[in-house]
Amino acid sequence: MKITKLNNLEKAINSSLAARVKSSTIRFNQLTIEVEIEDINKTILFLKTNEKCKFRQLIDITAVDYPKKERRFKLVYLLLSHENNLRIIINSNITEKTTVPSITKIYPSANWMEREVFDMYGITFKDHPDLRRILTDYEFEGYPLRKDFPLTGHTEVRYSENQKKVIYESVKLEQNYRDFDFESPWQGTKYIKDQIKDKD
Amino acid sequence: MAKQTKTLNLNFGPVHPAAHGVLRLILELDGEVVEKADPHIGLLHRGTEKLIEHKTFVQAVPYFDRLDYVAPMNQEHAFALAIEKLLNLEIPIRAQYIRVMFCEIGRILSHLLNVTTQALDVGALTPSLWGFEERETLMTFYERVSGSRLHANYFRAGGVHQDLPMGLSGDIEKFCTNFPKIIDDLETLLTDNRIFKQRNVDIGIVTKQEALDHSFTGVMLRGSGVPWDLRKSQPYDCYENINFEIPIGKNGDCYDRYLCRIEEMRVCVNIIKQCLKNMPKGPIKTIDGKISPPKKSELKNSMEALIHHFKLFSEGYRVDPGEIYTAVEAPKGEFGVFLISDGSNKPYKCKIRAPGFSHLQAMDYLIKGHMLADVPAVLGSLDIVFGEVDR
Repeated sequence: MKITKLNNLEKAINSSLAARVKSSTIRFNQLTIEVEIEDINKTILFLKTNEKCKFRQLIDITAVDYPKKERRFKLVYLLLSHENNLRIIINSNITEKTTVPSITKIYPSANWMEREVFDMYGITFKDHPDLRRILTDYEFEGYPLRKDFPLTGHTEVRYSENQKKVIYESVKLEQNYRDFDFESPWQGTKYIKDQIKDKD
Repeated sequence: MAKQTKTLNLNFGPVHPAAHGVLRLILELDGEVVEKADPHIGLLHRGTEKLIEHKTFVQAVPYFDRLDYVAPMNQEHAFALAIEKLLNLEIPIRAQYIRVMFCEIGRILSHLLNVTTQALDVGALTPSLWGFEERETLMTFYERVSGSRLHANYFRAGGVHQDLPMGLSGDIEKFCTNFPKIIDDLETLLTDNRIFKQRNVDIGIVTKQEALDHSFTGVMLRGSGVPWDLRKSQPYDCYENINFEIPIGKNGDCYDRYLCRIEEMRVCVNIIKQCLKNMPKGPIKTIDGKISPPKKSELKNSMEALIHHFKLFSEGYRVDPGEIYTAVEAPKGEFGVFLISDGSNKPYKCKIRAPGFSHLQAMDYLIKGHMLADVPAVLGSLDIVFGEVDR
């Protein structure tokens, strides 16, 4: 039953927003649409106010880093509709330098979520009322959730007995962090590899 | 000549007993009236999401215990469900009942802590002493099933780690018969208590629309009269087969949220009883050897089991590529995991959606115009735990 509801929703969105929705998929029982970042405000406003959609609650905003892609980040918006008991995921690919329009005017709760994305990925938001770092330390440098940020970070803090205050030092590891890679590149002999290829 | 007034900036926290952890709240006061509240969070930020990206799926489970550390298994549940959906796993019925039962135990753990510490914040000491005794009993259930009181690491993708030990279900049943009496006792202390009501009734009122706008979930939403509970509306595991009702508030103030939590504890007892009654015998995790480790006895006799064991605890299992958002009704609200797998043995991205994050965000608007003494009352009823807010 839920699948048909999702299909109907997908059709409704595609027919009303045809020009904006670049693609839409239903997988694992959830609807994902992709839009250009310039259209994000209009799309979300439509999804919130349209009678058929009524996505009146913003669940979360996050980003994903794909350093090898030209448009490096994928912004992800998760919305929930109580009336229809449905969820939707909105994706948008952006480059490192893109400034994203803020949706705080549509959902006030986007404020901290956008701050977190800014803090973790360094994505900036236009018209955001208060774009400060949120989770990291005061005067922190770098964007921790980017894939090129090391797990151990760059600085560590300790209390210095000499200076009688907490000081920052660059990270000194007694032993290098070992990111074990147990994934075996060995896929079996040639005929097994071919079988796997055929399956795909 | 007009009198000059000046606002006073007050630093509330980060080590303040009523801040429920490490919250630094910068308050702008006009006399005793709060004009602005700016929560500074992140003092307990441990980079959970980053760490999970560097761990295999099995190794990532313990991080979820450390988010909302007063109800650990509820968080694990969300992560386990996310992996199961990506892998399209079938979960044995017994495992589903065990998981639901322990989630409800977690809910009682969380609500007991919240209700009693909220009472503590507004001046009542006894409830916390009574409540913590029960919490200790519940945590021994955790310990008997998983080996640790708090950081259980018990749920797995495909089921749970091990079956209930002998005699545990009997003891949980005994607890269920005794516990409603304890809730009654707590209520005699608080529900009609004049001071408790003066401090909570009509404080921190949230209307339906505001609750939606500020992304409130869980009790914060239900306290304002929105009948929304993921256990009912988007049931996971065996919640479909369980009969229960959802208490809903009317006024959306701190007092209604307290009442909701008290009622929810009674509902939890009811659900646990049903789980114990309907729990069938059978396996407690998927029998797929590629996902769940083999029995110890098999290791001695079966080469295949030995290989599976070795592969699972070195490489771990690989999860098919895909993106998924799964949410569970944690005691504090909707706890979600947005998981992206690239087909390897580690999550490519794991975003944790913590309910407390959006609740705390609304602090400024909730407290504006209230007195300074209401700050702990509102903060208490938001049910903030910094493990999950800061991640």
